[in-house]
Amino acid sequence: MEFFSEFPELGRGDLRDFKKAVDFGFRSFSRAYGEGIENFFDPLLQFMIWFERLLINSPWPIILIVIAGLAWLGSRSWKLVLGSVICFIIIGYFGMWENTMATLAIISVATLVCIGVGIPLGIWMAKSNRVQSIVTPILDVMQTIPSFVYLIPVVMLLGIGKVPGLIAVCIYAAPPIVRLTNLGIRLVDEEVLEAADAFGANYKQRLWGVQIPLALPNIFAGVNQTIMMALAMVVIASMIGVRGLGVPVLQAVSNQYLALGLMNGLAIVAIAIIFDRVSQKYGQRLQAYRKGNGNG
Amino acid sequence: MADTKIEIRNLYKVFGSNPEAAMKHVHAGLSKQDLLDKHGHVLGLRDINIKIKSKRIQVIMGLSGSGKSTLIRHINRLIEPTEGEVIVDGDDVLAMSIEQLRAFRRHKASMVFQRFGLLPHRTVSQNVAYGLSIQGISEDEATERSQRWIDRVGLAGFEQHFPAQLSGGMQQRVGLARALATDAEILLMDEAFSALDPLIRTDMQNILLDLQEELHKTIVFITHDLDEALRIGDEISILRDGEVIQQGDPQSIIMKPADDYISDFIKDINRGRVLEVRSIMEKADRATGPKLGIKTPLEDALQQLVNAGKDSGAVTGDDGKTIGKISMVNAIAAMARPDRGDEGPRYK
Repeated sequence: MEFFSEFPELGRGDLRDFKKAVDFGFRSFSRAYGEGIENFFDPLLQFMIWFERLLINSPWPIILIVIAGLAWLGSRSWKLVLGSVICFIIIGYFGMWENTMATLAIISVATLVCIGVGIPLGIWMAKSNRVQSIVTPILDVMQTIPSFVYLIPVVMLLGIGKVPGLIAVCIYAAPPIVRLTNLGIRLVDEEVLEAADAFGANYKQRLWGVQIPLALPNIFAGVNQTIMMALAMVVIASMIGVRGLGVPVLQAVSNQYLALGLMNGLAIVAIAIIFDRVSQKYGQRLQAYRKGNGNG
Repeated sequence: MADTKIEIRNLYKVFGSNPEAAMKHVHAGLSKQDLLDKHGHVLGLRDINIKIKSKRIQVIMGLSGSGKSTLIRHINRLIEPTEGEVIVDGDDVLAMSIEQLRAFRRHKASMVFQRFGLLPHRTVSQNVAYGLSIQGISEDEATERSQRWIDRVGLAGFEQHFPAQLSGGMQQRVGLARALATDAEILLMDEAFSALDPLIRTDMQNILLDLQEELHKTIVFITHDLDEALRIGDEISILRDGEVIQQGDPQSIIMKPADDYISDFIKDINRGRVLEVRSIMEKADRATGPKLGIKTPLEDALQQLVNAGKDSGAVTGDDGKTIGKISMVNAIAAMARPDRGDEGPRYK
């Protein structure tokens, strides 16, 4: 009767040995390869340091002008440009300029890494059903596994700092762009593709001339989602040594500083909204041709 | 007679998980329905044999599900056949390598689609130039060379519009200009005008006939519309359930429908307007009555006979010489009902 009341589980000793074996295995792996992996990421680290310094050391009016310029290029809307500038002025006025720059730096680099890895992977997935069936569950894991769980191996392997922070952000933020690139390419109208084939387009011409341009609105929605999710990881990344707006939030949580937490939290929200609106406006402009009465 | 440009020989297409295995049932004579019920394969095309003449308009007609769109896609191999040959100018398209096939599609056969298949992110002028830019011609030169086709189909002034800004008829003009711009000798038109309003459709048919007068392309035109088929086809092949059930010029199909299916099909057409005196004339060296060209429609011929107060007329050839005669009674009989004739049904 004991069989039904107690779940037949692994013996205590066996379980402990199993965990030990996994831990030991990974520890020896990180001892053997940790340095190599760290060296591999070194150029990325140097770039992040350089970029963060650039943002922090540039005079603030220049940064404001650049932000206003980017907002204008993306959205072509004076309201958005004005809103973005005002937000950054308020952020600076409340003493969060440096942290905001540090956050912008890691978000930008993380987004670039996600685009660089995610779009080619999405294209590959769209080309092969087999790749799609392998990658999709991996993306599911990346999106749903609690972030703290994959922080453990990342920190064991690379210690605390910018690179492990970046990796943690990317693991969480990359899936949407991969998924939406894949989806966007797969949704391209069959008849348009057939027309490309009928005129003798080769794989490259088909991909770059038809599939990518027509998938661009979806790909861009993926970029937008990736930026949003990267911002959501700012606080968790600060736990493993990434500078930025997450650090004061973490302090505020452990010390019950309401004002500090709110201010920095709202700054993250402000950046998120600006990025979101500007990139969405840009995405809409990308599909202007779909409407019957765009500029001719 | 014109030479054969495209010859389709013993072409079969079976859709399903194992078409090769299903083919032996097809050869054993299993019907389309039985093949689907017993073996789960769909018979798309069965033993198609068509010789398409150079510089003519070959219409392939059939209702939906008859396999006509599948058939046209075999000519440029957008669909791989299960068995058979498609010979264009002596080369088997189905035996070409990927590279050869690509060159064939770029230079020899271009296509117009039912739902246009335009690239929504490219302007009218970029769309028309698409075939050329695929060939590796620079975008500027391609645009320049395609301008003449934009003008020819009446789209001048719309070069910078996007397809979504145009009406259906204008979009298909873009599709037609795009297909013409590559100077391919063969034009494949898959229900090209079926998605258009009747008036616009007639318009487009006129454009096509005008162009053909000047360009003399080999055109394969798919349609489900009998009036359209009769209007533009030099030759018509009628397809049903993946099989060709009758081939011939429009006159012979109306005068001698191969079976009840086709009789049924043609019963609503205006016979007086489609039939020409050549279909009912009797050979003769001399005849009395008004002179009628061999391509005069029967309704016009009757009108002339009535006006002249005669009950028979002389049929003249292109050179004006009398080559036959028609009687009013025969003309009325031909208009009144299908004449199954004494030659018997002409399957295939």
